[in-house]
Amino acid sequence: MELLVASAIGFMTAASVYLVLRGHTFAVIIGLTLLSYAVNVFLFAMGRLTIDQSPIIVPHAVGYTDPLPQALVLTAIVISFGMTALIVVLALRGFLETGSDRTDLDATQVQDSSSIEEGQARPHAQS
Amino acid sequence: MNHWIIVPAILPALVAAFLILTLRHHLVRQRIVSVTATLLLLAVAAGLFAMAIQGEPVAYRLGDWPAPYGIVLVLDRLSATMLLLTAVLALVVVIFVIDRWDTRGRYFHILFQFQLLGINGAFLTGDLFNLFVFFEVMLIASYGLMLHGGGAARLKAGFQYVAINLVASALFLIAVGLIYAVTGTLNLADLALKVPEVAPSGQAILKTGALLLFLVFAIKAALVPLHWWLPATYSTTSAPAAALFMIMTKVGAYAILRVFGLVFGADAGPLAMAAAPILLPAALVTLLAGSIGLVGSRTLSELAAYAVIASMGTLLIAVGLFDQAGVTAALYYLVHSTLAGAALFLLAGLIAERRGQSSDQLVPAPAITGETLLSSMFFAAAVAMVGLPPLAGFLGKVMILQAVAASSWWPAVWAVILGTSLLMTLGFARAGSTLFWASEPARIGQKPVSPARLPTAAVALLLFLAAAWTVGAGPLARILSATATQALDRIVYITAVLGPDAAMAGR
Repeated sequence: MELLVASAIGFMTAASVYLVLRGHTFAVIIGLTLLSYAVNVFLFAMGRLTIDQSPIIVPHAVGYTDPLPQALVLTAIVISFGMTALIVVLALRGFLETGSDRTDLDATQVQDSSSIEEGQARPHAQS
Repeated sequence: MNHWIIVPAILPALVAAFLILTLRHHLVRQRIVSVTATLLLLAVAAGLFAMAIQGEPVAYRLGDWPAPYGIVLVLDRLSATMLLLTAVLALVVVIFVIDRWDTRGRYFHILFQFQLLGINGAFLTGDLFNLFVFFEVMLIASYGLMLHGGGAARLKAGFQYVAINLVASALFLIAVGLIYAVTGTLNLADLALKVPEVAPSGQAILKTGALLLFLVFAIKAALVPLHWWLPATYSTTSAPAAALFMIMTKVGAYAILRVFGLVFGADAGPLAMAAAPILLPAALVTLLAGSIGLVGSRTLSELAAYAVIASMGTLLIAVGLFDQAGVTAALYYLVHSTLAGAALFLLAGLIAERRGQSSDQLVPAPAITGETLLSSMFFAAAVAMVGLPPLAGFLGKVMILQAVAASSWWPAVWAVILGTSLLMTLGFARAGSTLFWASEPARIGQKPVSPARLPTAAVALLLFLAAAWTVGAGPLARILSATATQALDRIVYITAVLGPDAAMAGR
């Protein structure tokens, strides 16, 4: 189980780092989402991996699992969910206002040439 | 227990909720409530400061759960100083904004109050996970404030700002997870007790966690090479938002001082001074990079943003010493640079507004009305920011130079601080002379812009406070010196949070 969980976290983090470094907003958002999944699983594993154990004190318990990381993960999930919603809206507004989904700041100059090359139609919000 | 300690966090939260639920469509009433709440916050912060400078740190246990199991807030001299500074800055920003800047977008006051909640919470919290939560509250509000008013450039810069902070949040969680996995606690006082006693097998993981945490705080504090989000963000956002953000970089510096002075400080056994070998050189490069950027700036707000990076570099050099003299100098410089930087951003906003089309670009443009007052305020803010005599920036730099004299780094620090002061003087002189002297004659038929009294008064208030900070340097330095001693003393902190028995065990 340790190997499975560790490699899942590793693959998700690696993929997310690659995606976050891309130059388009959609890939960055997917990367950030993947990163938050990886972090959630990671935090969960920090309370040690146990199966079928009770998180609260009960009589006749054989052992306990740590409840604190679960509470931390819950908070982290709520925050990252809200943040993902925000950044999606932000990326969408940026795309509608500038007509480009590039993440670099000089996108306005870049997209003029690229949209001509690729023959893209600009969104209506631009005009 | 003293319930006033939680008021700086509760008050803005309630006010923000009240504003959005009942006064969403009444801007005038929003302004009245927001200003009143900020005044109240200032009064509470001043009261807490008066309480904190009398003695020992005080812990506030939420729900009266005993530490380290419950959540604690801790008020000590350091956090009280930061709270007071936040409240003063907030008051100035809200005075600036009620003229008409808050009409440029919606919900300014609501976001503003939520931002105060996050900042105050981050200064008060006594455990790492709540530091994360308050960082997030602060950042979520700052995303809204940063984008306030909209515009393509702001949206583009805003996406970067949000993305970098989301990555930072993920790193923060990983760091918290690593530290929890080794020590089994996130309470700062409890961590300060347990970190020195960690078994050798856990030390590598703990150190990784500590350095990841440092990385997160370094992003917030705009330490090179993690500074590049700052110029884009601060120079594209609105002037009042940028002025309020001055305190956000200081939150990063505060967190570095708190966590790496207390938990991973001099007494942390094998992990002692985990951040010190990186912090000082990085701060030197930050100062250099900031001043070089300042000379090459194309707009006044960009210039102000690079001045912020340079001032963070100066500040973190002093923090990086992690000794009493260094932290005293850092705190003195921190308050001053926050006031001066905020004044500079607000001035950039005022100047851009008056210049109309050419905005705050550093190019010759028609002369602006009310030039004498604006230019003299710009001169004062520039002198303060560069650190020339007679204002407090100079005293702060002298204190830093003196504090560093005992360290082996002193030749490099002296060379960089003195050299960059020259560079910054050059940058500000170029900007000022382009803005105010290289002006073209006014265009015929150009309407003079009516001078905005309240915003000008807000900037004047900031400059007055910066001057007062200079005049009171002697007594203030003594107060801050006691603050620095307390901030670096883990025993008093542990006593306040966990009781004297635990502190005896950690001695």
